[in-house]
Amino acid sequence: MNKCQAATRLMSLKRDRPLTLGERAALRLHLAMCSACRECDRQFELLHHVNRRFEPPTEDRMTDDAPRH
Amino acid sequence: MNQSQPHVTDDETLRQRLEAVRPRLVSFALLHLCDRCQAEDAVQDALLTAMEKTASFQGHSGYETWVFGILKYKILDAMRAQKKNGQWQPLEDESDDDAIDRMFQQNGHWSPQARPAAWGDPDLDLDNQVFWQTFDACMIGLPDNLARIFSLRELMGLSTAEICREVGIKENNCWVMLHRARLRLRSCIEKGWLNTETAS
Repeated sequence: MNKCQAATRLMSLKRDRPLTLGERAALRLHLAMCSACRECDRQFELLHHVNRRFEPPTEDRMTDDAPRH
Repeated sequence: MNQSQPHVTDDETLRQRLEAVRPRLVSFALLHLCDRCQAEDAVQDALLTAMEKTASFQGHSGYETWVFGILKYKILDAMRAQKKNGQWQPLEDESDDDAIDRMFQQNGHWSPQARPAAWGDPDLDLDNQVFWQTFDACMIGLPDNLARIFSLRELMGLSTAEICREVGIKENNCWVMLHRARLRLRSCIEKGWLNTETAS
């Protein structure tokens, strides 16, 4: 896989479910070669953290430390 | 249980702060409930709960952020009630998306004008008012179905499996819509954000 469009699909997907080994390898390979996609990946990561604005009430915070998928 | 004092002790100040944030709460609820009365009700309910529970607010996050956290659960309750009562407005996904097609060339590489540029330090951006204003404007600019799915996933923190249960779409469809929402938001925020940065 060397297409940026396909790479962005995996970048998005990895925020919603664990990637398969093959998907992970393909994405890593593409990111190693493509600086624009590395930026895109960083930006998707930022968008994945916009929920910080909606932190749950303090009593619920204890359960919220696990990595999110 | 909570020993620390909330920042807001004065009832009148508290009411004013809640009134100030109410329009944003209503438009957020409206996005998910598609019904003004129900959106207003969910917000009213959240504000009442916030007033009652102010003593448990510990100031880890902003007071308004905390109120948004309460509203999230009220919205999910209201969505479930809508489905039970047959008032649910299903999400429609149009299969073609010209905006996304224009971002890429025929060969799958980025179009020159859509190629992502660096945004600077993402962590700092999260505390940045200008970033949030840009983000809000871009959320409003998204097609409703994409904004709803993105909001359920990234603002309200539901898993895609939970979203499928709540809104009755297939998980694959959900992933496709999230991909589109992220690409559109990325592109929109980049335009707004970098313009503001160079202007300041």
